[in-house]
Amino acid sequence: MDINFTLVGLTVAFVVFILICRAYVWPPLINAMRARQERIAHGLENAEKAEEALAKSNADAEVLLRDARAEGQRIIEQARAQATMVVDDAKEQAREEGERRLTAARAEITQEINRARESLRQEVAYLAVVGASRILSSEIDRRKHAAMLENLVREL
Amino acid sequence: MAEKGEAQTPTEYIAHHLTNLKFGQFPDGSWGFASSAEEAGQMGFWSVHVDSLAWAVGLGLVFLLLFWLAARRATAGVPGMFQSAIEAIVEFVDTTTKDIFPHKNPWVAPMGLTILIWVFLMNLMDLVPVALVPWVFARLGVDYMKIVPTTDINVTLGIALGVFLMIIYYSFKRKGPGGFLAELAFHPFPKFAAPVNFILESVTLLAKPLSLALRLFGNLYAGEMIFMLIALLYTASIALFLLGGVLQILWALFHILVIVLQAFIFMVLSTVYIAQAYEVPEEDGH
Repeated sequence: MDINFTLVGLTVAFVVFILICRAYVWPPLINAMRARQERIAHGLENAEKAEEALAKSNADAEVLLRDARAEGQRIIEQARAQATMVVDDAKEQAREEGERRLTAARAEITQEINRARESLRQEVAYLAVVGASRILSSEIDRRKHAAMLENLVREL
Repeated sequence: MAEKGEAQTPTEYIAHHLTNLKFGQFPDGSWGFASSAEEAGQMGFWSVHVDSLAWAVGLGLVFLLLFWLAARRATAGVPGMFQSAIEAIVEFVDTTTKDIFPHKNPWVAPMGLTILIWVFLMNLMDLVPVALVPWVFARLGVDYMKIVPTTDINVTLGIALGVFLMIIYYSFKRKGPGGFLAELAFHPFPKFAAPVNFILESVTLLAKPLSLALRLFGNLYAGEMIFMLIALLYTASIALFLLGGVLQILWALFHILVIVLQAFIFMVLSTVYIAQAYEVPEEDGH
């Protein structure tokens, strides 16, 4: 076995290598690895949180959707009822209006008949008077015989 | 060498492949590369295995470059393939270190990473065919070239010495000189046997870096040696050539396990030793 100065050279080299490793190699690597570990842990944690939040908001959305659907249904029902009511009202109104117009028309017709009757009556009275005067050859004074004419007219 | 037209005996082949490229002082006082095992043997402590040192430092720089490239672009965002691979290793070292070493210390994990990858890369050179790189270097005029630094006891002992210095440093830091001495002297026998204790505990302490160094060296040296023995089969006969091919594949597959395991063991034991240095007697009732 041949021990010589190579031994010392190797010891020095070893120490220098450790120094370099400690200064430039180990810390950046181990720090980056620790940082990544932390980042992955954070990421996983966040993913879990996000999943929970997603599940929660899904449930919320479900409830909201169900509520909205029910509300919509309710509004549609209401609208339908209201529409029916409006149509019914309109129908009723139309019917009433028709009736009213019919009544008015009837009244007018009656009035017209009466008026025609009245004028006819007067015409007849007048004709009667004229006829009578012709028959009697004497003029009947309209003013003198107004009361008698009135009576006549009423009796016709 | 084959290109010189001289047939090598198996012994010469193995001896050649086990010789480092050595730079040092010759007996006559001049400096240079040893050109034979005898010359290398005469050089003494103040010489350097240039190949071990160069491959070790080069592979260490490869390790730092790879991880630095990943570290430079490291973000908390989505990592790419390369980034993920590097981070998987870092994560592995981090958890392993934390399991063994529960104290807060910014140096232990980087030390573990350095040992794991650096030693792994050095061991990995064992899977390069044994004669390939030495042959290339021989063509370039370099006679000796051992490319697996961890088959050199100097390399493994050098790294273990670094770990040992950390053990001593943290023992002093956590326990103080008195506490450290007390740990060495008042254990396992009562205080009156302090000298005996001191000898026993010193051996225990020294055994830590030695066992680290010798375990890694022994495993890789033996592995390399078996690769060489297999390589020797290739020149024997056609039948042995085929057998050698099969054996080489099997041994290389097995060796993939060994090189990873040895790097891992070196890292874990270094961390364990430093964790032991951190143990303060009051804490766990020694």
